[in-house]
Amino acid sequence: MRELKILAVVVFFSLLVYVLVEPFAHSQMHKHVEGHNFVYTGEADIVQASKEKKETKKKFWSDVKKIASIKGDVKAGEAVFANCVACHNGANVNMGGVIPPKLDHAGSIYDKNYLIALIKDPAMASNVDHKYEDTSTHPMGSVKFTVNSDKDIADVVAYMLVHKAGEATPKEAYEEACVRCHAMRYDKLTQLGETPGFKYEKDALAHKIKVLEEQEKVKTYMGKLPPDLSMIIRARSENFLETFIENPQSQLPGTSMPRVGLSKEGYEKVKAYLTAIGDPSKPERERLGPWVIGFFIIFSILAYLWKKEKWRGHY
Amino acid sequence: MAKFDENAKPFSEKWLDERIGLNTLKRVLQTEYWIPKNINFLWAMGMILAATFGILLVSGIFLLMHYKPDVDMAFDSVNYTIMTEVGYGWLWRHIHGVAASLVFLIIYIHMFTGIYYGSYKRGRELIWLSGMALFVAFSAEAFSGYMLPWGQMSYWAGMVITNLFSMGSLELNGLVEWIRGDYVPGDAYLMRFFMLHVLLIPLVIIGLIVLHFGTLRLPHVNNQEGEDIDFEEAEKLYKEGKIKESKVIPFSPVFLSKDVFVMGIYFILFFYLVFYHFNFAMDPVNFDPADGLKTPAHIYPEWYFLWSYEILRPFNKDIGLIAFGIAQAALFFLPFIDRSPVVAPAHKRPLFKIWFWVLVIDMIALTVLGKLPPEGIFNTLGTVFAILFLLLGPALVWITTIEKKQAKGV
Ligand code: HEC
Ligand code: HEC
Ligand code: HEM
Repeated sequence: MRELKILAVVVFFSLLVYVLVEPFAHSQMHKHVEGHNFVYTGEADIVQASKEKKETKKKFWSDVKKIASIKGDVKAGEAVFANCVACHNGANVNMGGVIPPKLDHAGSIYDKNYLIALIKDPAMASNVDHKYEDTSTHPMGSVKFTVNSDKDIADVVAYMLVHKAGEATPKEAYEEACVRCHAMRYDKLTQLGETPGFKYEKDALAHKIKVLEEQEKVKTYMGKLPPDLSMIIRARSENFLETFIENPQSQLPGTSMPRVGLSKEGYEKVKAYLTAIGDPSKPERERLGPWVIGFFIIFSILAYLWKKEKWRGHY
Repeated sequence: MAKFDENAKPFSEKWLDERIGLNTLKRVLQTEYWIPKNINFLWAMGMILAATFGILLVSGIFLLMHYKPDVDMAFDSVNYTIMTEVGYGWLWRHIHGVAASLVFLIIYIHMFTGIYYGSYKRGRELIWLSGMALFVAFSAEAFSGYMLPWGQMSYWAGMVITNLFSMGSLELNGLVEWIRGDYVPGDAYLMRFFMLHVLLIPLVIIGLIVLHFGTLRLPHVNNQEGEDIDFEEAEKLYKEGKIKESKVIPFSPVFLSKDVFVMGIYFILFFYLVFYHFNFAMDPVNFDPADGLKTPAHIYPEWYFLWSYEILRPFNKDIGLIAFGIAQAALFFLPFIDRSPVVAPAHKRPLFKIWFWVLVIDMIALTVLGKLPPEGIFNTLGTVFAILFLLLGPALVWITTIEKKQAKGV
């Protein structure tokens, strides 16, 4: 059939253009970074480290591995955890640049190895040690002095994996892992957390000033204000988000965003939240799509029958 | 003085016929608007374009009810208000975005059909010219619409494209500022492109569609063999009931019934894209809000402008602009560059056939290279294909001159 042959030619060239302009061109424009499934061994950090840092990093991550093999004591960990609460107290007060996050679900949204590394040396764990002469000046750096034995670290991590490992909602995961830096204006979140409703304009303005002050501090700490993430799910590819969050340096070398150390579960939660806010029509699309397409399939069948009827006798 | 039947019921057929010539209209535009029988589904592309324009208009009106043309509010009015708060706002937006992209795919198919079958000559020159005017108007419509979400790509593509009006070494920066209403794209800029997008250009497009349809009526559409049909004779046969022998069919309902079927198939594809595959029509970079201090790593226009962009890009800016101008003008004046009197499908014109497929492949190559980063091999290829495109003009003059001689010889 001639018409089908013509259709095949048209479809071929349309698809050719699509494949070359979309998947192919994007593969050429953006470097592909391999993910490591949200397991943190420091491998990439060691590869990327400058010559003089290489050895320190190697040693650091092999120590982390060693601690990971110690069986922690949950009970003893509870006592050590008191050190953490000194800062992670839920008071919403900025400490050295950001507000220390809540740790209610730290055992599930962060990876175990990462937590160990973080307590051992926060700047090294989050791969921003290049910013510090002495990594104990990191906002959480002083933890090195209070929780300083391998056993304490193993204990407190064991404690979190048992008692701070409830299932977080997607929003809670975001609030614990990202909101201290990234606002989410489409869900009324600022660096101070949820924006309350105000009856009087002057209270709203007063709150706004507090937010601006907090942002000023984050900006001083990070060098720039981290972007609002309301639409980020549509602005970045899946691969970018995944690998950037695992290790920001892999995608934006030199960036000041620290590694966050999410576990696979934690990442899925954060992604679910970014999707719910940035691309909320997904469930509705999936519900409505088959009906609309089904309608046009039936429409086409009826149109075909009508055409046959009208063209009867013409050939 | 016309006669009016006192007893005709208001709005009855007779009543209307006496007042607006209903029956004449029906005859001229439908039942006796003769279309050659020997055509394929490519002749439905025109109606698909008209339908897609209708969809753009309707979905655009829904978006317009919530859009705010203000640099501080535009991004959120689109991405939050329309996408989240307005019932089915996301559906209208995705329909509008997908339609804007698909309309160009269909326009290109429609244009290549016209070129392949030689439908731009022997009385059909004005169809082509009005069609090209539509192409220009649609391009302006698409560009102005792309500014409205005020994302990174709106801002930076807007910056790059308006910069072209400095005309290279002529340095007409005053003109660029006049177009922008400011030194850089800002509120004045957004407002005027908003006006163009929702008012002026749609009006122009509607006018041009009417003109395009008007230019079709007398020469009639071409057919698969380029045959010069005697429409009067064919009409007579058809009216006598010899519909099998007649070479024509009435536009309505016979031709239309096929158009509607093709449209049905098209809408299946269309809504598949709207629901499951809309990203190709909405660039991710444009979901970052406009930031005049942060240039994106790659700036490129939407896919349908890429071939033009790639003609501009490989050369230095003056030569690039001239090449760009020549390429657009050459396409416009195709009916006059083609010297051959032969109206036949390309597969019956050996040299023209080669020319046609080189043109298709060259435009696709330019489209792809326009998006790729202009480095290394891509840059070289871009230059080669851009020069090839410019050579296609003289090549056509040469080929069709030969054809003309051969046609005379016969
Ligand atoms: C001196 C105050 C302080 C102490 C003590 C402290 N933290 Fe922190 N913690 C911070 C600050 C500040 C941040 C945010 C750092 C940043 O975002 O750069 C933080 C971040 C974190 C994070 C998120 C890190 C990431 O990369 O996402 C976790 C988990 C954490 N702390 C756990 C702990 C645990 C467990 C302890 C106790 C062993 C502890 N912290 C002790 C101040 C402290
Ligand atoms: C301690 C502060 C901090 C935390 C916590 C943080 N980020 Fe960031 N983030 C930044 C900064 C700073 C930037 C800007 C980076 C740049 O432009 O170099 C950034 C940028 C980004 C970007 C944009 C990258 C780009 O392409 O421009 C994404 C996406 C992102 N962060 C995701 C996240 C997610 C998801 C989380 C929580 C899991 C998170 N961030 C937690 C500081 C932070
Ligand atoms: C979006 C705007 C357009 C609309 C709504 C439109 C509509 C139509 C319609 C309904 C027809 C008759 C049916 C058919 O042959 O498909 C037609 C024919 C034609 N159009 Fe368009 N068109 C548009 C754009 C263009 C463009 C951009 C060009 C090329 C420059 C063009 C060139 C032609 C030609 C040459 C014909 C005659 C085809 C023939 O005789 O076989 N049109 N158009």
